[in-house]
Amino acid sequence: MRETAYWTWFIIAAIVILIFAGLHMVVMHLSMLGVFNPEGGAVTNWGNVAFRSQNQFLAFTYIILLGAALYHGLYGLRTIVFELGPKKSFQDTFTVLLWIVGLVLFAIGTYAAIAAKSLELAL
Amino acid sequence: MEKGTNITVFIRRFDPEKDPAPRQQQYTLHVERGMTVLDGLHMIKQTQDPSVGFRFSCRMGVCGSCGMMINGVPGLSCNTQILDVATTALTLAPLPNFNLIRDLVPDLVPMFGVIKGLQPYIQRNDVEEMENPTMEYFQTPHQLEEYLQFSYCIKCGSCMAACPTMATDKEYLGPAPLTQAYRYNTDSRDDAGDARRDLVAASHGIFNCHYAGECSNVCPKGVDPARAIQLMKKDLVLRYFGLGKHKCAHLCKKPDRSTYKPKIEAAPFTIGQ
Repeated sequence: MRETAYWTWFIIAAIVILIFAGLHMVVMHLSMLGVFNPEGGAVTNWGNVAFRSQNQFLAFTYIILLGAALYHGLYGLRTIVFELGPKKSFQDTFTVLLWIVGLVLFAIGTYAAIAAKSLELAL
Repeated sequence: MEKGTNITVFIRRFDPEKDPAPRQQQYTLHVERGMTVLDGLHMIKQTQDPSVGFRFSCRMGVCGSCGMMINGVPGLSCNTQILDVATTALTLAPLPNFNLIRDLVPDLVPMFGVIKGLQPYIQRNDVEEMENPTMEYFQTPHQLEEYLQFSYCIKCGSCMAACPTMATDKEYLGPAPLTQAYRYNTDSRDDAGDARRDLVAASHGIFNCHYAGECSNVCPKGVDPARAIQLMKKDLVLRYFGLGKHKCAHLCKKPDRSTYKPKIEAAPFTIGQ
């Protein structure tokens, strides 16, 4: 059951990445849409960057994308390492280690996404 | 004018008990239309080199003994015609991903062990009826269709040899055992699906399949192990979300003998009569 759960969420994470990374690409490369780039011009213009950083919807999507990408990538790494045929004890330890690494990176990334709101002060 | 043509046959030779390393031995073989690879091997063994090791039994693609790499592709030597796969040169090697007994003979016993571990037989909750059957269980043509093609597997090991996951993960269950697990899980007469699902969903189990699909490409019996594996993954995921398929009770129920009227009367020596 545990492996079924891991794999199921691995596939769900892939779908989430497809949707949210797609949204990220649209926001960053189709600046003519204007919704997330109100200042116009390049998406890297200060006004556009500051607007996106304080947008709660985008912060939410980046946190979800971060979680999905971390889970998907770390599960893939786990599969590759397990195919090398390590012992069961190593597999269990490695799984716990990946959970810890993933959660720490997720916490750091989430903090970064939320802290970016402080750019609002610069406006 | 003499019919047929001469081709060069390269056979990989290796006896783990004697040889330090595998070597390739070359033979010239006169081939005629209709000659199978197994016929060619017999010809070589009878006329050129009696020491060539290969395994065979039925000679008609049923027993699965003579699986080998034929020009780099796994297949049965008894149902592969030489002129269909070679015009000038034919290369024969043992199936990879198996231990080697000698020359072209792989050790299939570990694969049989894994298949056996997945309980490839009908198991019923009504043990008494299973041990001492009184009559047959009903099964609709549709229920038969669900597993029929997977029951054609002859355990030749071709799919195991073609599987890239088998090449990298020595503990991976493999396409042939997983297909057999699916075949019995799908059988409407079977009640042991949960036990098999636990076994295939373990580490190095079904979720290690990367869906290369080569197992289905090389199967000499037209079985589609990749499909069985993907369908079983789907079944496991649906069950994880509580959406699993449940058997239709009235189709699996043992028929009431008092109302059972077979179209053809059973022979007097039938079990239970």
